Amino acid sequence: MWRIIHQFGSPPWVYRFCDKVIPWLMPITIVALLGGSVWGLLFAPTDYKQGDSYRIIYIHVPAAVVALAGYYVMALAGLVSLVWRVKLADTAMRAAAPIGAAYTAIALITGAIWGKPTWGAWWVWDARITSMLILFFLYVGVIALFEAYENKTVAARACAILSLVGTVNIPIIYKSVDWWYSLHQPASIKFTGSSAIDASMLYPLLGMIITFYALFALLMMLNLKQSLTEEYAQSAWLNKRLAA
Amino acid sequence: MTEARDIDIFRYCRSQTVRHLMLMVRSPSEVVNPLLFFLLVIVLFPLGLGPDPEQLSILAPGILWVVALLSNLMICMRLFVDDLEDGSLEQLAMARVPLSIAVLPQLLASWLASGLLLSLVSPIFGLMLGLPLEVASVLVVSLLMGTAIMLLLGAVGAALTVGVQRGGILLALLILPLYVPILIAGTRALNEALQGGDPTVALALLGAGVTGGLLLAPLAIAAGLRVSLEL
Repeated sequence: MWRIIHQFGSPPWVYRFCDKVIPWLMPITIVALLGGSVWGLLFAPTDYKQGDSYRIIYIHVPAAVVALAGYYVMALAGLVSLVWRVKLADTAMRAAAPIGAAYTAIALITGAIWGKPTWGAWWVWDARITSMLILFFLYVGVIALFEAYENKTVAARACAILSLVGTVNIPIIYKSVDWWYSLHQPASIKFTGSSAIDASMLYPLLGMIITFYALFALLMMLNLKQSLTEEYAQSAWLNKRLAA
Repeated sequence: MTEARDIDIFRYCRSQTVRHLMLMVRSPSEVVNPLLFFLLVIVLFPLGLGPDPEQLSILAPGILWVVALLSNLMICMRLFVDDLEDGSLEQLAMARVPLSIAVLPQLLASWLASGLLLSLVSPIFGLMLGLPLEVASVLVVSLLMGTAIMLLLGAVGAALTVGVQRGGILLALLILPLYVPILIAGTRALNEALQGGDPTVALALLGAGVTGGLLLAPLAIAAGLRVSLEL
């Protein structure tokens, strides 16, 4: 158990791990992404109230779910880097931030496109939209803080503290914004009790959520590999690996 | 032994608070400028929105809180800058008193000179915006707590950006999203009071924010300052 955890702190091991997983993960993710989109866009039944416009749910909801999870990935990496000073955690945190920001942006944009036919406006000041927007600013803040420092080791520590402060604050922000005003439908998927969404629509949605997680992992590994290549350009193990 | 240390910390805090207050008394512009800023921005709103007192009184809670937030941001931008430049921050970090406690006197002094002052004069600004005098007490109490949380959270951002060139705008980007709950609870308290409702829930939430902030923020501030000092 401890050995596996320690291995994740070693750049050569993680680099090899990424090299091993990416050739598998990439085709699976691409096929799942295409398959899920086709399933959701063509084969899932039409909604009786919203017509075909609801189909954007297959992009919107997965992006929103993973965007939120991405923040916790980033904050967890930040915690590991602060407490145990694992250098690789810094790199992981840096790798997660732009991906999470992109997912949040996708969720916001698809939400606006979905909002136009359903609510009649591109943008409404609804609780969840607003908290997503704030999440986007939190991501951008971490990226901007990282760019502001010359010394990247210091930058990573600063970002780790900021993302942890954000983690404490996110539930509070969510609750307060909920309290402020809500127009958005409550969550339709529940793990306990029955879902408010029909199975024929639910399965492609769950499939897409898993696919978006896989895509996050894939992008993160690609990002991580690139950062490691930059960071360890002078190291013997990397040059040996690249030569092979 | 522990008792001696406790007294040490207490005396330290008292002398440091006095020192920071003296510094502010000697350069009053740091105290007065945020207040002037607050007044000026509030004057801008009636000029932009029109002088209709009814419309203004509807918007007043939001205006007052947003402007309080912005003037607090100005205070946070200056928070650790001087201490970093003259080296006293480094001395503070190496002192026997834990850094998370050592920063408290400065925060207290800043709050006394900014948050407390602003809250106490805020009913005047409220009157200018057509806010009835009956809600003045809610305005003062909510601002007293709100400015304290804002200062605590803002100090975390200030600690992280104090070493960065042109950190001011970056600070705004980092901490304004974190201010959202304070803004919501604060305006909620005022709106409830205006509509004859019960503002206690919102005020209690602000109180919880102060307690939580006092508990957690000093740790984050100390960690942030260590990062900025590259210790």
